[in-house]
Amino acid sequence: MSFLEYNVKSTPTGFRKLLFLNWPLTLLLAAAAGVGFMMLYSVAGGSMSPWAEQQMERFALGMAVMLVVALIPIWFWRNLSGVAYLFGLALLVAVEFFGTVGMGAQRWIDLGFMQLQPSELMKIAVVMMLAAYYDWLPAKRISHPFFVLLPVLIVLLPTALIIKQPDLGTSLLLVVGSGGVMFLAGVHWGYFAAVIAAGVALILAVFQSRGTDWQLLNDYQYRRIDIFLDPSQEPLGAGYHITQSKIALGSGGWSGRGFMQGTQTRLNFLPEKHTDFIFTTLAEEFGFVGGVSLLIIYGLIVLFCIVTAVSTRDRFAQLVSFGVAITFFLFFAVNMSMVMGLAPVVGVPLPLVSYGGSAMLVLLAAFGLVQSANIHRPR
Amino acid sequence: MKRSDKELGLLHRRFGRRTLLVGGLQLGFMGLLAGRMRYLQVEQADQYRLLAEENRINDRLIAPERGELFDRNGEIIAQNTPSYRIIIVREDAGDVDDVLLNLSQLVHIDPAEMEKLKAELYRSPPFLPITVADQVSWDDISRVAVNAPSLPGITPEVGLARNYPQGADFAHVVGYVGPVSDFDLSKLEAPNPVLKIPRFQIGKVGLESKLEDQLRGQAGAKRVEVNAAGRVMRELDRQDGVKGTDLQLTVDARLQRYVQARLGGESAAAVIMDCDTGDLRAIASSPAFDPNLFVRGISVADYNRLTSNKYRPLANKTVQGTYPPGSTFKMVTALAALEAGVIGPEDTVWCPGHMQVGNRRFHCWKRGGHGHMDLKNSLKQSCDVYYYDVAMKVGINKITEMANRLGLGVRHDLPMSAVAQGLTPTTDWKQRVHDESWLIGDTANASIGQGFMLASPMQLAVMTARLATGRAVSPRLVKSQDGAEQTGGAGESLGLNPTNLRYIREAMYDTSNDRRGTAYGSRIIDDAFRMAGKTGTSQVRNITAAERAAGVTKNEDLPWERRDHALFVNFAPFDRPKFAVAVVVEHGGGGSKAAAPIARDITLQALYDGTPPLEAYPAKDRERIAAQQKELNQPPPGALRGSDRA
Repeated sequence: MSFLEYNVKSTPTGFRKLLFLNWPLTLLLAAAAGVGFMMLYSVAGGSMSPWAEQQMERFALGMAVMLVVALIPIWFWRNLSGVAYLFGLALLVAVEFFGTVGMGAQRWIDLGFMQLQPSELMKIAVVMMLAAYYDWLPAKRISHPFFVLLPVLIVLLPTALIIKQPDLGTSLLLVVGSGGVMFLAGVHWGYFAAVIAAGVALILAVFQSRGTDWQLLNDYQYRRIDIFLDPSQEPLGAGYHITQSKIALGSGGWSGRGFMQGTQTRLNFLPEKHTDFIFTTLAEEFGFVGGVSLLIIYGLIVLFCIVTAVSTRDRFAQLVSFGVAITFFLFFAVNMSMVMGLAPVVGVPLPLVSYGGSAMLVLLAAFGLVQSANIHRPR
Repeated sequence: MKRSDKELGLLHRRFGRRTLLVGGLQLGFMGLLAGRMRYLQVEQADQYRLLAEENRINDRLIAPERGELFDRNGEIIAQNTPSYRIIIVREDAGDVDDVLLNLSQLVHIDPAEMEKLKAELYRSPPFLPITVADQVSWDDISRVAVNAPSLPGITPEVGLARNYPQGADFAHVVGYVGPVSDFDLSKLEAPNPVLKIPRFQIGKVGLESKLEDQLRGQAGAKRVEVNAAGRVMRELDRQDGVKGTDLQLTVDARLQRYVQARLGGESAAAVIMDCDTGDLRAIASSPAFDPNLFVRGISVADYNRLTSNKYRPLANKTVQGTYPPGSTFKMVTALAALEAGVIGPEDTVWCPGHMQVGNRRFHCWKRGGHGHMDLKNSLKQSCDVYYYDVAMKVGINKITEMANRLGLGVRHDLPMSAVAQGLTPTTDWKQRVHDESWLIGDTANASIGQGFMLASPMQLAVMTARLATGRAVSPRLVKSQDGAEQTGGAGESLGLNPTNLRYIREAMYDTSNDRRGTAYGSRIIDDAFRMAGKTGTSQVRNITAAERAAGVTKNEDLPWERRDHALFVNFAPFDRPKFAVAVVVEHGGGGSKAAAPIARDITLQALYDGTPPLEAYPAKDRERIAAQQKELNQPPPGALRGSDRA
């Protein structure tokens, strides 16, 4: 399993690699982060501290990490996948014992200079692991039941640990993202049909079990679902987030109330305004135009990743690039759905925009993989 | 692992197909998100914009200024004065302990109070203003204002608080206000939101309470922008409230102060009424209390002191106290008999000192009897037997009917608390309430204002005014509202025979001015201002046969609460009545001794509109009167007025 196996016709070397960096993608990432800086500046009441400045520093660090990752050949990363996966798993176990409890969940390890969320790291590690796995697996075995069960275990092991934290949002994202990678790898569609059918059955079971002895979810999770279905039930209680967030969005109108003019944000009606609900500030202050612009930026980022995936013939690079695209897509799709009242409130940040170190660093490192795939694709 | 080209091609084609599918799904979902955004932000924008405004904007009430009270000459009785307090906002203060330490060097704050304050501060949300000191003097406030830089988070605040500059003298006239209590709110079905304003004051007792609706005014409102925690960020709009109605009372503050002082420490009540309009010129109940004590909530010690006092300072005896009218009722009995035609003014009755009524012997106050008595002499000397005899002839129901026409046993409409109806018994009433039939002895008792008969000092004044004018004069306390004169209480003619009324008035004149009259000692010498009156001494107990035998009936020898009530009613001047007066001194002994001098002094004060000259008093009293006037701190006798008259 050495990279010499590859039939490399010509790949850039040294600093020439920088010319082959996917510059449009890099600029789009910077644009999305720039939107984040603006919004963090705004929600702090027109101040760089406490959020915007630190976010910029993290973005700079993240960009550096991305470049480093990009300059290292993609096959090196493929060979490192197993290590990354095991390292992530170890951190998830460590967080069980040494993690910091925040917002009712155990999610962080305090590294001194930053708070590390192993679950963020794991999203990419699992994608890498799956990509490497399918890179190794011979085509005729892909849909063999045993070789389908193996990646399922690879996914479910960290998922179980993350659910235990408890972090339902991230675990769902992990499962769906991994499912996407497996689907792209060519696993027979019948498996997916079966899983979806089982999923529907499980949802029905979850609702049926409510209030019985074998209740499947916590009460607070049921309540979140109830309130998602009808936020007006409790406008000042648990439905408050969704109601206030919809008010902020709606009052933004076509072009918004202007930078720093959002009353919902300014007057603290919005919860988590600098993290999970930051999109509401954007939508309130820049309206439909602002919201759709960000959506287009995100869409283009996903598109460039997919283009990278289809333009390389390296199977690992293909699957990792697309896996990153899917993970990134799931991030913003779930966050926006939640803010717009299309999905229950699960703690998923808006990628590159929400204040948060781990997510930013891990995401940019993941885009580094995509860049690396782009630079080192066989030409 | 090396893959064959065929295998690679297969995988790549499958990847391509599935890429299209997944990419399509992603695109579709992004379309859904954009559509949802369009729905919320474009189609529903107006609705959500409105909700955002409602979130942000909060309407708050501004307490209206309470209507003020003035006397008939414009002197202030109840006003709203700025009340200063010092508040602290924890989140602005930084180091709270340090700030409070600095503050305590400028303004005295009780250490125990300080501990409570700190505990409260740390319990409350940081943005909530907490009162550090209330009713702070202007000096203290200025000192705090000057030192503001070293006192972050501390603000002096000004509000309006009710204040009664006349103090105790008007306590019973206007009552008082106090902070809204939970009890007050529980009494109302839909409490006005203004009542929930912190520190809002409402009328608790008396006129302040009865005319609450006029006095309160209308709350203003201010529109403020608040954040999610309810903290005010800025004021957007303000609409000031409407001040309550200013009321001018019929009371003359100077006269009221005099009357209150003249009653002194006695447990007594005095009412002086304008015969033409029914205006209550003074309506005093003694002892009184300082209503300002109640404005901020009275201390338990003060309150206990007031309630445990046997003279009942909290009771407004002028309208709430009811007393057997005693001999002051004799005019009613006589007039009822005259109007019924059962007696003539010249008819005489023999008074041997007692009279057998039914199986009981009724006594005259004069043991030896008065001899032959006609109307004039009987009233002048207050012979009881004459009235027993007359009452037998006219019957109780006609007497009661006359009493009601003269304003007794009727609840007069006055903006005061617990205005008493008094009691004028009839045969039906006794049957209904006591389930006993009326006895002839009851009639005898009623004829001299004893037994069941009860009247308040205010009703006695009304009776006197009606006797003096022949009109249904009714009392009036509010002269004008916001400058608009209120209808007077002059009243229609009572339809009484003027000749009969004249007999009664002349008899009352003799009571005060004939050497043998019971009130001769308290006459007015000034011929222009002669007064006509009637004494009353009402028993609060039955004199037992044993007591009578032992001869221990002297009032001074009895404990205070068993002594007789002293009463006096009068009007003056006799020929053109201007004022009607009623005085009751609880357990004061004889009416001629305890009540008549007070009534005379009050009458003179009112007639002269100031301190009367000593010449108006009987010669032998002048020295004592001069001393008394000095004591009551009145200015020296009005020399100008006196010389005018001379």
